[in-house]
Amino acid sequence: MLETPDILMPTPGLSGGVGRASKHDSGPKHVTGEAVYVDDINEPLGTLHLAPGGATIAHGRITKMDLSKVRSAPGVVCVLTADDIPGVNDISPAHTHDEPVLPDGLVQFYGQPVFCVAAETREQARAAARLAVIDYDELPAILSIDEALAQQLYVAPPHVMRRGDATLALSRAPRRRAGRMHIGGQDHFYLEGQVSLVVPMEDGDVFIHCSTQHPSEVQHNIANVLGRPANAVTVEVRRMGGGFGGKETQAMQWAALAAIVAVKTGRPAKFRLDRDDDMIMTGKRHDFIVDYDVGFDDDGRICGLDLQYAANCGFSADLSAAIADRAMFHTDNAYYLGDVTVRSYRCKTNLVSNTAFRGFGGPQGMMAIERIIDEIALTIGADPLDVRIRNFYGKTDRNITPYHMVVEDNVLPELTNDIVKSSDYRQRRADIAAFNATSPVLKRGIAITPVKFGISFTTTFLNQAGALIHIYSDGSVHLNHGGTEMGQGLFVKVAQVVAEEFQIDLDLIKITATNTGKVPNTSATAASSGADMNGMAARNAAIILKNRLIDFAAGHYGVATDDVRFVPGRVQIGDVADIGFAELVKLAYLGRVSLSATGFYATPKIHYDRETASGRPFYYFAYGMACSEVMIDTLTGENKVTRVDILHDVGRSLNPAIDRGQIEGGFIQGMGWLASEELYWDDAGRLRTHAPSTYKIPACSDYPQDFRLALWSAGRNVEDSIHRSKAVGEPPLMLAISVHRAIADAIAAVGDHKIIPVLDTPATPEAILRAVSRVAAETAGGGR
Amino acid sequence: MTTAPRDDIRFLLGDEERRLRGIDPQMTVLNYLRLQERKCGTKEGCAEGDCGACTVVLGEADGKGGLHYRTVNACIQFLPTLDGKQVLTVEHLKSPDGSLHPVQQAMVDTHGSQCGFCTPGFVMSLYQMWLDGGTDDRGAINDALAGNLCRCTGYGPIIEAARKAGGIAASDPVEHHRRMAIADRLARLTSDKAMLAIEHPAGRFFTPKTADQLAQLLVTHPDATVLAGGTDVGLWVTKHLRRLDPVIYLGDVADLKTVAMVGDDLHIGAGATYSAAHDALGHLSPDLGELVRRIGSRQIRNAGTVGGNIANGSPIGDMPPALIALGARLVLRMGDVRREIPLQDFFIAYGKQDRAKGEFVEKVIVPKPANATQFRAYKISKRFDQDITAVLGAFAITLENGVVADLRVTFGGMAATPMRARQCEDALRGKPWNTANLEAARQALARDFTPMSDMRASKEYRTLVAQNLLTRLYFETTSPGVATRLVGAEAMAHA
Repeated sequence: MLETPDILMPTPGLSGGVGRASKHDSGPKHVTGEAVYVDDINEPLGTLHLAPGGATIAHGRITKMDLSKVRSAPGVVCVLTADDIPGVNDISPAHTHDEPVLPDGLVQFYGQPVFCVAAETREQARAAARLAVIDYDELPAILSIDEALAQQLYVAPPHVMRRGDATLALSRAPRRRAGRMHIGGQDHFYLEGQVSLVVPMEDGDVFIHCSTQHPSEVQHNIANVLGRPANAVTVEVRRMGGGFGGKETQAMQWAALAAIVAVKTGRPAKFRLDRDDDMIMTGKRHDFIVDYDVGFDDDGRICGLDLQYAANCGFSADLSAAIADRAMFHTDNAYYLGDVTVRSYRCKTNLVSNTAFRGFGGPQGMMAIERIIDEIALTIGADPLDVRIRNFYGKTDRNITPYHMVVEDNVLPELTNDIVKSSDYRQRRADIAAFNATSPVLKRGIAITPVKFGISFTTTFLNQAGALIHIYSDGSVHLNHGGTEMGQGLFVKVAQVVAEEFQIDLDLIKITATNTGKVPNTSATAASSGADMNGMAARNAAIILKNRLIDFAAGHYGVATDDVRFVPGRVQIGDVADIGFAELVKLAYLGRVSLSATGFYATPKIHYDRETASGRPFYYFAYGMACSEVMIDTLTGENKVTRVDILHDVGRSLNPAIDRGQIEGGFIQGMGWLASEELYWDDAGRLRTHAPSTYKIPACSDYPQDFRLALWSAGRNVEDSIHRSKAVGEPPLMLAISVHRAIADAIAAVGDHKIIPVLDTPATPEAILRAVSRVAAETAGGGR
Repeated sequence: MTTAPRDDIRFLLGDEERRLRGIDPQMTVLNYLRLQERKCGTKEGCAEGDCGACTVVLGEADGKGGLHYRTVNACIQFLPTLDGKQVLTVEHLKSPDGSLHPVQQAMVDTHGSQCGFCTPGFVMSLYQMWLDGGTDDRGAINDALAGNLCRCTGYGPIIEAARKAGGIAASDPVEHHRRMAIADRLARLTSDKAMLAIEHPAGRFFTPKTADQLAQLLVTHPDATVLAGGTDVGLWVTKHLRRLDPVIYLGDVADLKTVAMVGDDLHIGAGATYSAAHDALGHLSPDLGELVRRIGSRQIRNAGTVGGNIANGSPIGDMPPALIALGARLVLRMGDVRREIPLQDFFIAYGKQDRAKGEFVEKVIVPKPANATQFRAYKISKRFDQDITAVLGAFAITLENGVVADLRVTFGGMAATPMRARQCEDALRGKPWNTANLEAARQALARDFTPMSDMRASKEYRTLVAQNLLTRLYFETTSPGVATRLVGAEAMAHA
C-alpha cells in the first residue's frame, strides 16, 4: 500500500518536487525554436514524401481509377491504392472493421483518401495527387443526423441508460417542457498538423516518428496493416504540436501509408498533411441533436427527464460508441435528475468519421442539461443560479447518478458559495438588468455554470499505465512512461513526482520520448488521465528503486532501513553518514544493485456493467465553476465576453502553473467551440471551412479583458490519486458553457426575460441575431 | 533602364549574407528556411498566412539611413521578395552566450508556451513589439498578436509576456548603431540598385524598381501575374499549386509606395501596404482607421497593399466598399498612358475588372470627406480580428437640418462585386432622417441586393444585417448616447 501524505506546500530546498509551479520542461526550447517536432527531424537521405488523393463525391463506388498521369508525374516513386496494402486493410481503433486505410471501391465521404502518392519532394507528391482521373457511380449521400435517424443508419447500436420511470415522472410533473437543441462539432486545429516519418529497418521492421497521443495503437494497427507482429513496429513520440484528442486515432492513417511506402521502397517516408487536407480528411468533435422532455416542480426542481442524443459519427465507428456513452454519463452534469431515461443513437453519415476531442462527448451532454436548466428558470421566473443550486446533487440523498453511481465527493455547494461571493454575481446581475433597461442596442448577460466531470476511461481495462526509470551510475535519472506530451505539461508533472520521491532536483531527470520499445501496451494519453496514471506508474517505479537503495544503504552502513532517509538532494543514513544521492547511487552500482525498474498502475475501485448501464465507471469527479459576462449587439449578433471568473478544483495541484494553463486554455477552447467555430458542409458534403481563413478559433483579442482564475484552495481528492491531485485536461473546457448561457441571458433581455431564447451552438453572430429576432417577434406578438 | 538586371537574390539571413542563384523563384521563404537552410524553428501551421506560426521579421532600409522592421508570414512570401532585406527568425534571438532574449525569457517565465508549435511565431511578433519599444496596452497587444493563433494557452500568459518583455528605446545607442550597420550592409549588398530578372525553368520573376520599369515590363509581358503583398497570390501557389509565369513584383517599386495628401485628396500608391497607409486613412476618418485595423492581421497588413485589395477584384475585399462610399478614384496605367476612373466603375462583374492586359493600378485617390459628411464603416464577421468579412457596410451621409442632403451607401459581401445600394440611397436622399424613412430605406436595401449563402453567412442574415447596419447608422447619427459598438475605439470602455 502506498501512503500518500497531503502535499500542502512544496518541499523546501528542492527545485523539483510536487506542488511547485515548475516551468514546462520544453519552455526554453519552444521559445528558441530548438524543440524538435516530427517535421523538424533531420530527414534520412532519400526520404520520400507522401500526399493523399481525395474522393470528389460523398458516397459511391469507384468505377474507374486512372492514375497513369499520377504515376508519370515528375518525381513520383510509387502510388498506393487499396491493392497495395500487405496486411489487413483496416485501422478501426475499436476493431469494428469499418475504416480502411484506403477504400476498396466504396467512397464514404467527400475528400476520403482513395489513393496516395510518394515522390521525391512533398510539392511533387501534392502536384501529382491532383492528376488522377476517377469515375464514380454515385449513391445517395446521408449528410444529416435527421436523415440517418430516419433511415436508422448507425455505426453502433443504440444504447439506453435508465433510473426509475421517467414516463411516469413526466406525466405527474407539475410543469413540463420539451425542446430540441443542435450542438455543433469542432475541429481540433492543433497547430501542428498530422505527421509521421517512417524509417525502414532490417527484417522489414519499421521505426515510426509519429505525432500521436496513442503510440501503442499506432504500433498495433500498423503491424496489422503490414501483416507483421507488433514487435516489428516501434513508435516514438517526443512531443506533439497540440493534440486535443485529434491525434488519438487520427494519426494512424498517415503513419500506415508512410509505413507501407517505407517497406515497399526501402526508403524513409514522411507524410505531413497540408492544413486543408488535415481538416477535410480527419475527424472532429461530434455534432449532436438533443431532444428532451423535462418535468419539474414550481421551484424548478427536476423530477423527470426523457432525453435523446443523436450523434453524428460520420462514416465509421472510430471511438464514437465511447464518446456517445460519455455524453450519456454527463447528461446530469451536476444535477440530480429524478427519474430519467437517456437514449443515444450513433448515426452513420457520409461525412468524415468524427473522433475524440477534449471532453469526449461530455461537453455535448452538459451543454444540453445546462440549457434545460436555464429554460426551467425562465419558465418559473427564477434566477438560473438558484435553479441550479436547487438541482445540485445532495451529499447524503439525491446523490445517485442515472448510471447508479453514488456521488461521494461533491464539492459544488462549497464551490458555489465561494464563486458567488468572489464574482459578486448577485450585484452584477442587478447592475446588468439596470443597464439593459436603458440600452436599446447592446445587451449584457451573465451566467454561472458548474462542471462535474467523471475521471477514468469508461472502458475500464484502459485504466492502466506503465513507466520505466533508469538511474545511471553518475546519479542521473532517465524517465520514461507511456504518456505522451502534447503541450499539457505531463512530462514535467511526472518528473516532479519522481523528483519528489528521490528528493532530487528536476534537472537531474532526463525526460525522454515516449517509445513503444520502452513501455509497452499503453493506453492513449486521453481522458485527462495522463498525470493520474503515468504519475502513479512512475512513482511506483521510483519507490521500487528507492527501496533497493534503502536496502543497500542499510546493509552497507549497518543501520536499520527505517534510518535511511531521502532528504532534499541528500540521503541521511542514520547518524552514520549523510551523502549525496549520486554518491549513494555510485555505491549501489558498485554493490551490484539493479538501478532500473518498471512501474505499473491500475486505477482501483472502478467497474461498470454496460448491459445494465450501471456501476462505478469513474474513480472520482473533477469539479469547477465559471461565471461569465458577455455583451451582445442586437443589430448584428456580434458578441464579446467581458469578464470571466473561474474557480476550479484540481485537488492538491501537482503544478499550479501547468494547471492554470490547462484551465485557461481549455476554457478559451470551449469558448471557441460554443461561439465562433462553425463547421460548414455544402449540399455535396464538402467541408467549406477547412482552413483558418474560414474556420475561426479564438484569437488574442477574444481573451476576456477581465479574467479571474483561481484554483480552489480547499481542493483535495478524497481518493488516493497521485498526491491527492485531480485530473485537469478536459474538465475546464466545459466551464465555457457559462459563456453560451450568458449570451442566452443577454438575448433573453430583449424580451425582458419573458421569452425563452432558442440558441443552439455555435452562437455565431448569425445564430444570435436569429435568436434575438425570434425573441423580439414573440415579444411583439404578446409573449408565450 | 540604367543598370543591367541581375539574377541572384541577395539578402541577410541574420548576420549572414546570402546570394542565391538558380533557385525556384516561387519557393516560399518558409520552405527555403526549413528545407534549404534547415532552420526549422519557423513552423508551417496553415500555409496561407492565417495562423502566424511562420512569422519572421524583415528588416529593410527605411529611406532615412536607418532600418525598418516588420513581421510577415514566411509561408506566403516568395524568396525573391527578400532581395535587399534582412530576415530574422526565431533562431536569431538568443545571445551568443546562450541567454534568452527578453521576449523569449518572458514567454518562459509566464508559462506562455504549452505545445510550443505556435511559439516561434509569437516570439517573432513579440520581438517586433520589443523592437518598436514595447507596450502595456491590451488593445495594442491584441493588434500585434491578432495574426498568431494559439490553441493551447488561450492567450492569457502570452499577453502577460508581451507586457513583461518591454521593449528597446528608439534612442538606445547600441541598438541604433546595430541598425545603422545592418542598413549599411544591405545598401552595399544591393548597391547596383538593379532589378532582379530571374529566369528559371519553374518561371520568371522580375522586381522592377521604378513605376516606369514596371509599366514597360507589363507591356512586354501583358499576361504576367502582378505580385504585391502576396497575401492572395501566395495562396495560388501554396494551395492551388499553380505555377505563375512570369511574376512581376511591385513591392520594390519605390515610387508606388507613396502615401501623401495632395490638397484634400489622399494619394495611395499601389505598392503601399495597409500598414503604411493606416495612419493616413485613419486621419481621413476614424472608422476608416478602425476598418484597416481589422483587415487581416499585423503580418498581413505589413505585406498586403491597398492597391492589391482593389486590383484583385474580390467581392469581399474590405477597402473597396469603404473607398467607394468616400468617392475614391483609381489611376490605371498602361505604358505611359494613364486614365482615371471612379473606383466604383472598376468592378464590372465577379472576377472581371476594368483593367486591360498590360495595365496596372498605379494609385488610388481618396478624397477627404467634407466636414458635414459623416462616414461610417461596419465590418461584420464571425470573429472580430483577422477574419474575412460576411457583410461590410460603408456609409457617407450628409445631414442638413435633419434631412439627408446626400449619402453614399456601399456594401461588400452582398453581391458579386462591391456595390452601391442605389435604391436605398434614393429612398433617403432629400428626405428627413427619421424612423419612417429609415424603414423605407431598409426595405429598399432588401431590393438592392440578392446575396448568397455560404460558410460565412446565409443570405437571410446578410440581408437582415445589412438593414440593421443602416439602423446602427441611424442610432449613431441621431442618438449619440446609445452605445452601438462592441469593439474599436468607439466601444463602450465603461461597459
